[in-house]
Amino acid sequence: MRLEYFQLIDRIVELKLADRKIRSEATVPAESTIFEGHFPGYPLMPGVLMIEAMAQTSGWLLVAANNFKRMPFLAAVKEAKFRNFVTPGQRLALSASLVHEGSGYAVTEAKIMVDGKLACDANLTFRITDFPNPAMHEQMREVAKRIEFPMGALADG
Amino acid sequence: MSSTFDTVANIIAETCDIPRDTIKPESHAIDDLGIDSLDFLDIAFAIDKAFGIKLPLEQWTQEVNDGKATTEQYFVLKNLSARIDELVAAKGA
Repeated sequence: MRLEYFQLIDRIVELKLADRKIRSEATVPAESTIFEGHFPGYPLMPGVLMIEAMAQTSGWLLVAANNFKRMPFLAAVKEAKFRNFVTPGQRLALSASLVHEGSGYAVTEAKIMVDGKLACDANLTFRITDFPNPAMHEQMREVAKRIEFPMGALADG
Repeated sequence: MSSTFDTVANIIAETCDIPRDTIKPESHAIDDLGIDSLDFLDIAFAIDKAFGIKLPLEQWTQEVNDGKATTEQYFVLKNLSARIDELVAAKGA
């Protein structure tokens, strides 16, 4: 996890397209400039970044569901609850399930577990569009390699 | 049994916090009720769930953008309700 670069997922652990579910993992860095402000003397992973981590996990599920041909963009966050503090060095187990796939949008439920306890959860809505440009499509494929996205799970590999 | 319009109007009232009695069959969701595209995603989600269908929002948007349809055809509520009835009928066919 590199907070400053919005790299909030280290690895896709499991993608079950048939069940419309995904799991990922990430380790909160021991040090980050973000902790200098959040908070001085008591570093906590910001809730907004936990939402982003859940959105990225959901996003990869949606990228897979759209066979890597379309791109999800976060549109709404509902019922987000931060149930426990998340601190530097902790290992996050993230998961998301696809609740509904509409025309040009999708809804997911996502959560983060830490040490077997629910740290946060939320319902997320995404707009699904064509990739805005080829460069972004290519960049997403590069990110997919870094996080071990299982390309083989897609319909056309 | 409530009509398709009533179900849609109730969804809009609840989702967008619009007084139910101001929502008429002749109301245009965008022009009259001021519903924006993000709120309409919530409405579409609720309609999809309530009727077990998938509103073809992308197709409709494309048709409007291409000048092949007007927004009135899809977003005036009596017309939207008729489209929903067609989709429900097609699903059962």
